[in-house]
Amino acid sequence: MNLQINGQKQKIEAAPSATLLEVLREELRLTGTKCGCDDASCGACTVLVDGKPMLSCIMLAGSCGDAEITTIEAIGTPEELHPLQEGFGAEGGAQCGFCTPGMILSAKALLDRNPDPSREEIRVGLSGNLCRCTGYEQIYESVTYAVKRMRQAEPAGGVK
Amino acid sequence: MIDAPFKTTGRGIYTDDMTLPGTLVGKILHSPHAHARIRSIDTSQAEKVPGVVAIVIGKEFPNSYGVLPIGHDENALCISKARYVGDNIAAVAAETEQAAREALKKIVVDYEVLPAWMDSEISMFAPDNWIHDQRPNNIEKEYHHEFGDVEAGFASADLVREQRFVCPPVNHAAMEPNSTLADFKDGKMTVWSSTQVPYYLHRTLSNVLELPMEQVRVIKPLVGGGFGAKSEPIPIEIIAACLSMRSARPVKVTYTREEVFLIHRGRPQQIIEMKMGLNRIGKITAISARIIQDGGAYCGFGPVTLLYSGQLIGALYDIRNVKFDGYRVLTNKPACGAMRGHGTVNTRFAFESLLDMLAAELGLDPVGVRRANLLQPPCMTVNQLRVLSYGLPECLDIVEKESGWKQKHGKLPYGKGVGMAASHYVSGAANPIVRSKMPHTTIKISAEKDGKVTIYSGTSEIGQGSDTVQKQIVADDLQMPFDDVAIIVADTERTPIDLGSYSSRVTFMAGNACLDATRNLRGQLFEAAAALWGVEPSQLEMVAGAVGVKGDSKRTMPFAAACACAVTHFGALVSFGTYTPPEDARGGKFKGAGVGPSPAYSYSAQVVEVDVDPETGEVKVGKIWAAHDCGKALNPLTVEGQIIGSVWMGLGQALTEEMIWRNDKLINANFLEYKSPSSLDSPEIIPYIVESNDPEGPMGAKEAGEGSLAAVIPAIANAVYDAVGVRITSTPITPEKVLAAIKEKHARERGKNGGGGAA
Repeated sequence: MNLQINGQKQKIEAAPSATLLEVLREELRLTGTKCGCDDASCGACTVLVDGKPMLSCIMLAGSCGDAEITTIEAIGTPEELHPLQEGFGAEGGAQCGFCTPGMILSAKALLDRNPDPSREEIRVGLSGNLCRCTGYEQIYESVTYAVKRMRQAEPAGGVK
Repeated sequence: MIDAPFKTTGRGIYTDDMTLPGTLVGKILHSPHAHARIRSIDTSQAEKVPGVVAIVIGKEFPNSYGVLPIGHDENALCISKARYVGDNIAAVAAETEQAAREALKKIVVDYEVLPAWMDSEISMFAPDNWIHDQRPNNIEKEYHHEFGDVEAGFASADLVREQRFVCPPVNHAAMEPNSTLADFKDGKMTVWSSTQVPYYLHRTLSNVLELPMEQVRVIKPLVGGGFGAKSEPIPIEIIAACLSMRSARPVKVTYTREEVFLIHRGRPQQIIEMKMGLNRIGKITAISARIIQDGGAYCGFGPVTLLYSGQLIGALYDIRNVKFDGYRVLTNKPACGAMRGHGTVNTRFAFESLLDMLAAELGLDPVGVRRANLLQPPCMTVNQLRVLSYGLPECLDIVEKESGWKQKHGKLPYGKGVGMAASHYVSGAANPIVRSKMPHTTIKISAEKDGKVTIYSGTSEIGQGSDTVQKQIVADDLQMPFDDVAIIVADTERTPIDLGSYSSRVTFMAGNACLDATRNLRGQLFEAAAALWGVEPSQLEMVAGAVGVKGDSKRTMPFAAACACAVTHFGALVSFGTYTPPEDARGGKFKGAGVGPSPAYSYSAQVVEVDVDPETGEVKVGKIWAAHDCGKALNPLTVEGQIIGSVWMGLGQALTEEMIWRNDKLINANFLEYKSPSSLDSPEIIPYIVESNDPEGPMGAKEAGEGSLAAVIPAIANAVYDAVGVRITSTPITPEKVLAAIKEKHARERGKNGGGGAA
């Protein structure tokens, strides 16, 4: 099968029953996407499919077609962090870090459709991602940090 | 935190992210029976499945183990009996997961099913069919403590009340399922595992595999949450190593989420019968508790859990008459173990609820009652726990003020209420699990000629920030830039021994060991510089990282130059530091006295505001004010994160979390049915840091990760009482329970008013 991963066409050989999560982690060695439950109940496996957050543990790799799949690895690097990644460091949104990739992708999808969310909108936007460490408060702070950062980075006049 | 750039970009490596060339997939066959003798295991058909490389059964690794020296009752795989649904019967290593699963299906086990013990109150009177032959009546351990004169204490009270409280089991539910990669090569076993305790794992592997410690290496990658789930050797870790030894190839085993629930090791069910005496001015005259702890099928941490329950009940306040009778009972369920707050959590729920009940009956303000019972440190509690710093009074003041308590308690409209409670926890156990004179933590520091410093620490970062805080302490004490300090952790071949990340010991104990190491390093820097300048080391000082002669601005050199000087002088610049708790912090000598003593305790006070829907019984928490005395917040961001996170975890236990067994099966072993709160279920939690500057803590610091968990549970129960006048004495406080209690209260009130009125 051919998959579009992080802007690149990847040619994969996998069983028809292989999930996107399995293919990402095992065939492509993109281990940033995590397996927390394998039954779509925790959000750790979240990836963006054409910009929308989806649970890769219940997606068949073979059914992705030519959808653009984005994993956490494409959002930024330790040398060049995305504002969300900066925020999760600066405001404590990442403790053990296991929910973090999925959480950041859900947050990115939220900010892509709503660049200035209220705290309540952030709460709702991240409700599909379980965290067991933070109690969510510092995650909201981390997203708010990113919102401010990204607004600063906009050219004057607010035109993107 | 220093590892944030890796965690946030998906570059952080957790155990399941790892692979080595030729790694096999390991899978475990679990017992479908809660209690059964294993007559035979036939693996012949399974061995024929293409891709299967090795199959292991229990008798091949017969050495038993357990985290406590008194509880070596587990084996890598069951030998004669299966003791819970999920117990480990056989394990397969294969080229693919599919082959491994197919092989599991083909293993034939002949079981003789035995009656199962599922109820602790029945199991503890078992006449025969004991779960372990060496534990008559299925009682793992019992403890009976009495201090002062409890009967006299009750007699002198103005009010005595007794209440039964029940807390069902809860699971840590760490986001990362346990995972272990084992590689046996050339007679040496290397294991990467998601563990909080590399040292205990190291010892256990050496024991079970019959390899000397030097032939075993344990390395901890990133850990995606522990909370106690990974604070003892877990079956998966031993099994992966056995499979690797048998197959002579690397083997990786990762639990499914269902398996994580099945093996449990979480907070046990406790049935607590508590009795308290209170006098008219709010002084607690006596407290007694009878606790039945449902420990599951193996020892694990069990006795320690029970002792934490008993030993800390009476130690939050000044209570002179304390009685505790505790039973850790075996049942045919997975073993329970340590979970955040350990045995102190359920008893604190009982205590702070009961205190609230008595206060209400006597018309006393709950906050005032806490104030009437404060310890006056420095002091010893009646059960010989030493208390030096005690920030509880300030915690109470803060949450009382910030929450608007005085304007709200007893004054809000029906359905709305506020409740408060307090709790505490140890900053590490003063007595080690394995009796030894060895320091609890040893830290090595080396410095290079360019002034760069490396810390070698056996500690386990599990998301709580221990790597970061040790870097902070060393950089701060050596007055050097944070980024010039590197830290290498948790590799038994490269780092000295640290007992592990449990009982909230790391900041206190490893922090102190770091300071001991920096002190020794500074001593070496001074010795070398003194030799260079022909002065005594006592004439030297360190100012802003530079080493110089006091009062002589000409003879000074920056930190890097001082390091270069010392390397030249000694040949290498390496220092060690250790920490061992002082004798007077180690507690008494009675049976069970070893658990509970700590060099320092954290304290927490909380106020919770709730909205209870009287039509449905649903409890919505609006806001939680949580003040926590951590001695000194070395990293305020992570301390606040721990306060919020621990309060939130207690809220989960208070409102929605419980593990449910029907007959002998755990029926909610997944996140859809075991309800860990999502962001929508989680209220605003406002943390307040209180700093009591502990005299023995590193820079005054005490623990921050566990002490706040317990208080929120009774605070919510107390708030529900304030809101709708009903007292819920079991967790979780579900809408069903609240609604039933409201209806029952109305029925009683109608009965008192001589009937009449519509239902």
